[in-house]
Amino acid sequence: MSINLTLLIVMGVLYACGIYLILERSLTRVLLGLMLLANATNILILSTGGYAGLAPLFSKETAPEAYSDPLPQALILTSIVISFAVTAFMLGIIYRTWVLARQDEIQDDLEDVRVAKTPSFDAEDDAIVPLETSEFAVTPASPADRDKPDATETPNTATTREGGSA
Amino acid sequence: MNLANLSPLAVLLPILGAALAFLLIRHHSAQRVVSIGILSATLLLECLLLISVWDGGTTSVTLGGWLPPWGVVLVVDQFSSLMLVVSTVVSLAVLIYATGQGMADGDQEAPVSIFHPTYLILVAGVSNAFLTGDLFNLYVGFEILLTASYVLMTLGGTGPRIRAGVTYVVVSVVSSVLFLIAIAMIYGATGTITMADLAIKLAELDQGTQNLLHVMLLVAFGIKAAVFPLSFWLPDSYPTAPAPVTAVFAGLLTKVGVYAMVRTETLLFPGDTLNVPLMVVALLTMIVGILGALAQSDIKRLLSFTLVSHIGYMVFGLAMSSVAGLGAAVFYVAHHITVQTSLFLVTGLIERRGGSSSIDRLGGLAKLSPLLALLFFIPAMNLAGIPPFSGFLGKLGLLQAGVELGTPLAITLVVGGVVTSLLTLLAIARVWNRAFWRRPEDAEYPDPVLKTPGNVGVLPRTMVGSTAGLVVFGVALTVFAGPLFKVADGSAGIMLDRSAYIHSVLGDSVVVPPLVRRDDVQTGDAK
Repeated sequence: MSINLTLLIVMGVLYACGIYLILERSLTRVLLGLMLLANATNILILSTGGYAGLAPLFSKETAPEAYSDPLPQALILTSIVISFAVTAFMLGIIYRTWVLARQDEIQDDLEDVRVAKTPSFDAEDDAIVPLETSEFAVTPASPADRDKPDATETPNTATTREGGSA
Repeated sequence: MNLANLSPLAVLLPILGAALAFLLIRHHSAQRVVSIGILSATLLLECLLLISVWDGGTTSVTLGGWLPPWGVVLVVDQFSSLMLVVSTVVSLAVLIYATGQGMADGDQEAPVSIFHPTYLILVAGVSNAFLTGDLFNLYVGFEILLTASYVLMTLGGTGPRIRAGVTYVVVSVVSSVLFLIAIAMIYGATGTITMADLAIKLAELDQGTQNLLHVMLLVAFGIKAAVFPLSFWLPDSYPTAPAPVTAVFAGLLTKVGVYAMVRTETLLFPGDTLNVPLMVVALLTMIVGILGALAQSDIKRLLSFTLVSHIGYMVFGLAMSSVAGLGAAVFYVAHHITVQTSLFLVTGLIERRGGSSSIDRLGGLAKLSPLLALLFFIPAMNLAGIPPFSGFLGKLGLLQAGVELGTPLAITLVVGGVVTSLLTLLAIARVWNRAFWRRPEDAEYPDPVLKTPGNVGVLPRTMVGSTAGLVVFGVALTVFAGPLFKVADGSAGIMLDRSAYIHSVLGDSVVVPPLVRRDDVQTGDAK
């Protein structure tokens, strides 16, 4: 199989630009990156068919090597249609993001942020033993832990009760 | 055996149903009847297919008049038909659940007119991916189900769903591009994309090229199956979708990725070249996934993390490439589809009854709704692998196969599997203690619904019924585990042997290349 150098270089440039763009935080650029990746892949499939030959219509005089390979082209057609649908859908999502948030940036996940901020100290699991052994159970066992700035934001530290493993 | 000629209907029926449902877009009740009817018919057909290959036959159907090395073939064997039946049972239950939810809520959250056709397309894509014997057709199957899932994921277009949808769409598109690149490179290297033909021609390539193509396919499927380093998109994107959508995604979509990995490992690249890295990845998937679950306070997110973690068990079974290991993995896939989906459905019910899915806000549900507690308890214990449930049987099979293999890495995985199972139990017990057992007053931020006496927010009967049906199906997998394990082991034997698959597609005259193994042991001890 012979390789077409032009196709190869174009493909490489498209992949490079595409990968650069999908790493951006702006959705429109991500979409452009995905489109470049899809097209670079189409060129890759095209190049697997070798150089262009005759149209693949059978006639007895033509040698098999003279034909173009029709299969990569069929594959490319399918993948173009698929990437078209995905692009249209992404445009819809981008428009919706803009309507909702008036911005084109990818948002952080709130729950992720909350879990990441949860301190390792957990009132229910960690504070029980000192509470039970103390005669003066009114005061919290370890005030240093309780007064952490993060602790007030998280529900787990909000109460002290006994029987964490009820 | 002519029954297999009907197998294209497993894909066509849902697509026709989707078209019909689109025509009935203004008639919601007719739409419900059509989609449930079509799915039931598909299920019936798939049961017939499973029965026809129950004893281990493999049949193929050539489509469009192009003979196998050129045209698209569908292959029905034990593994694909078992997956078809389980997936359609699950999708039917979820569909009934979703219609119940739609009827109870009005349809602001999930517009019925769009939901039904899209859902049927999703089912068609899943069936296509299970049935196909052609690598590019597998890609098309993936794209059908992914495109449908993009729409379902962002139903209603609310802020969190769009945010989650962006992550999901971008990750899925990148994995599809990787898959397509792999297909292009495979075509460039061998000149064919029919899987049976590839099984012969890939073996003729030199080892370096083979490994490159192998890894590319595994990475592409690994993203879809949410295997550890490639799994972080899943807990971010699944929990925000509507409950039935999350349920069907959790049950089916990652398992299609696992299915594709199984086919790659057994048919295209047999032998044990990548078994060691796969085992390491399986271990990390189990441990990292379940540690993530322990940190969550939202039940849906917690379940998403257990989903990732339990994918590790399937990869473990696959990586052993012994009949016992692969058979247990096949059984585990069937079990996990059912159980994970039922748990997500129950979580949807919990959210309706308790007003939230966060365990900081729930409490006292066992007293408020004992039925709900029962529906949660059974699949939860099943997931954690408590005897006598199918989760225990599947894990036991995997552990036995691991011990049988006996390498230090396999033993590590066995230990890791047990630890993961216990940690799953811990995570589930946390949900149980907080959401079901403690009094509502003890919750950190109790939802007002919990303190109101009486039947507030009555659960619709269709939703409870379909959830209960799926839970019962999960229990049935336990009761009929004997025959099921026989089929699973049979399918594993056929897949590892490969000759039945290749002969059924390309004819009996083809010579199947011998397996190349580093150590020639563990091929057929369960026969």
